[in-house]
Amino acid sequence: MKKMKLDQNRAPIYEALQRFRQMRVVPFDVPGHKRGRGNPELTAFLGERCVSLDVNSMKPLDNLCHPISVIREAEELAADAFGAAHAFLMVGGTTSSVQSMVLTACKRGDEIILPRNVHRSVINALVLCGAVPVYVNPDVDQKLGISLGMTRESLAKAIREHPSAVAVLVNNPTYYGVCSDLRSIVRMAHEAGMLCLADEAHGTHFYFGTSMPVSAMEAGADMASVSMHKSGGSLTQSSLLLCGPNIHAGYVRQIINLTQTTSGSYLLMSSLDISRRNLALRGRQVFHGVEDMAEYAREEVNAIGGYYAFGKELRNGNSVFDFDPTKLSINTRSIGLAGIEVYDILRDEYDIQIEFGDIGNILAYLSMGDRVQELERLVSALAEIRRRYQRDSSDLLKQEYIDPIVVTSPQEAFYAEKVSLPLRETEGQVCSEFVMCYPPGIPILAPGERITREILDYIEFAKDKGCSMTGPEDPDILRLNVLK
Amino acid sequence: MEMWFSEYHTKHVRHSLRVTRHLFSKKSSYQQIDIFETPEFGRVLALDGNVMLTERDEFIYDEMITHVPMAVHPGIRDVLVIGAGDGGVVRELTRYDRIRRIDLVEMDPVVIEACREFLPGNACRMDDRRVHIHFENALRFIRNREEEYDLIIVDSTDPFGPSEGLFTREFYGNCYNALKDDGIMVNQQGSPFYAEDAEAMQRSHKRIVNTFPISKVYQAHIPTYAAGYWLFGFASKKYHPINDLNAEDWYSLNLRTRYYTPRLHQGAFALPAFLEEMLMEVEE
Repeated sequence: MKKMKLDQNRAPIYEALQRFRQMRVVPFDVPGHKRGRGNPELTAFLGERCVSLDVNSMKPLDNLCHPISVIREAEELAADAFGAAHAFLMVGGTTSSVQSMVLTACKRGDEIILPRNVHRSVINALVLCGAVPVYVNPDVDQKLGISLGMTRESLAKAIREHPSAVAVLVNNPTYYGVCSDLRSIVRMAHEAGMLCLADEAHGTHFYFGTSMPVSAMEAGADMASVSMHKSGGSLTQSSLLLCGPNIHAGYVRQIINLTQTTSGSYLLMSSLDISRRNLALRGRQVFHGVEDMAEYAREEVNAIGGYYAFGKELRNGNSVFDFDPTKLSINTRSIGLAGIEVYDILRDEYDIQIEFGDIGNILAYLSMGDRVQELERLVSALAEIRRRYQRDSSDLLKQEYIDPIVVTSPQEAFYAEKVSLPLRETEGQVCSEFVMCYPPGIPILAPGERITREILDYIEFAKDKGCSMTGPEDPDILRLNVLK
Repeated sequence: MEMWFSEYHTKHVRHSLRVTRHLFSKKSSYQQIDIFETPEFGRVLALDGNVMLTERDEFIYDEMITHVPMAVHPGIRDVLVIGAGDGGVVRELTRYDRIRRIDLVEMDPVVIEACREFLPGNACRMDDRRVHIHFENALRFIRNREEEYDLIIVDSTDPFGPSEGLFTREFYGNCYNALKDDGIMVNQQGSPFYAEDAEAMQRSHKRIVNTFPISKVYQAHIPTYAAGYWLFGFASKKYHPINDLNAEDWYSLNLRTRYYTPRLHQGAFALPAFLEEMLMEVEE
């Protein structure tokens, strides 16, 4: 646990909003609902307290585009709490953090090394800036059918083959909780003169828990995108972008301001401020509790039989260097149901909503808001689903890693002349759009990649099992846009 | 000085009892537990401000949830009781010599301690050698049990508090699994009168109907519960609650009851039209 230098009891944005409320300032500025008076239905729905804090930037409350007072202090406190040289409050989701990170590191034509199981926001950033992806094949666990982390060897190979790449991007952890050997990856990137960027959308708690995998800032990474609204407890769409000492914060601010709103929401910013304070003061106990619950749930789920709730035993020193102990990822193949089927049954018949289901697994997201009695419901429902629906698992598609064939950069493919073809006629063509299951939002196809029979089979199987597919212009994914 | 306890039956209806003495008050890890003395209803147990029982009318509830299944299935030997930390259901069950085991699963030890001390009329048989008390989450207790019990009695609090898990499909499914192939589950099913209660009753009835081949509802009049009108669910793998009622067998046991009789048993399943409609709505 790092030592914090600043007084983490402070929450400058929250305090400024409290002062502001007491001053009863008369608003002749935006937003036009004027503390909710102009929109009584909205006020009744969200609550007077909430809408009265939905205010505009002004001197006593600072300005997110160019922070000089309370927002700046809040950012300094966040940097201190996360052990970063600089922290930016972000209000466009972790998507905006990831994009700012990539846009800071890459220019048009630059190469960036990354594992294929990145979030779509990473490849979106490549569409925006014109950088070219160099994919590292993530190891795949054959039994579980999930992508793991990057091995040191495959990264070394990518660096050797693409010595002029400018950055390495790594998931810390993946959606399922798998961590790569981050310290080694940082060292290898730096030795090759590359930046190391970390997508920590699922890693906020690494900064505060005790027996957690190493966090990006502690491992020496240059930038990290941290979804405070996931395990950190802040409001949806609020996020943090962290920078190490070798990154020029002023330049990052300029990059952020290219795309970020000039009307930063004080609801989101104050939620970041209050959540950061909570994590700094109590994160250790909080995540200890979450970890205990996850451990208990894993034991109970594994006692049902059939299911496999996996954990630290997957560690192999390389592609699974570490595993997030708060993650409850469960493989469902042995009961003969696709993860997405279990996901649907849980919601439709048991009123239980989990994070996602893919072909072979489900993920139940555990956090500081959970209690054991709800966990008992989840475990009992899984026991029931097994009893009622268990069947032979031989007809389940085995999930294999499909090596993408990158033909052209995502930007070129996205903006190129294209034609729409029926799905089955696209084999061999270059795709100009994304195809993914959401969640987890990891692309099956990205712009600029060759479409193969294997990929088409996978898309049809996933659709058939009820995965919610997104990305293409055609929402039913009966057609795909390909390059002319 | 006047002291009154009020329970909100809805936002706009409350039921008040004059209180003479507050005997016990404690917040456990699960709920707020209170026991107080009233002139009209004797001692009252309240959990999170909801009346669970009064000395004066608890016999109606405890007899109806126990003797109805006992009079249908003479082979009941192994019984699981969920909730019911006050001991009233256990007291009724221990009157049957033919029962050989009663597992009581109550998550909150404080309820049992408090009732032992202040409600001896209910807790009097908790030390019977056949009674085994398990302080555990009921979902967890029952999850891995198969064909173990002849009867499961679910004596829960209402579905909006810590007992929420006992009104779920997963719980009823696990109960089904824990019952032998002629087993019966009886549960308190709430009240059909006020809208919010009625919806909860429909939801849980629907889940039970989806789980058990036979699922019927019966009623009783309990003055201190919402609308004074209470329902129980009778869910079963084999026995029908009326066609299989074995009145002769039950009379031969010579049990003295104050509410339950085999004649009332049959009438209790005859429901008012509005309730029949509500149940039919979710039975399709």
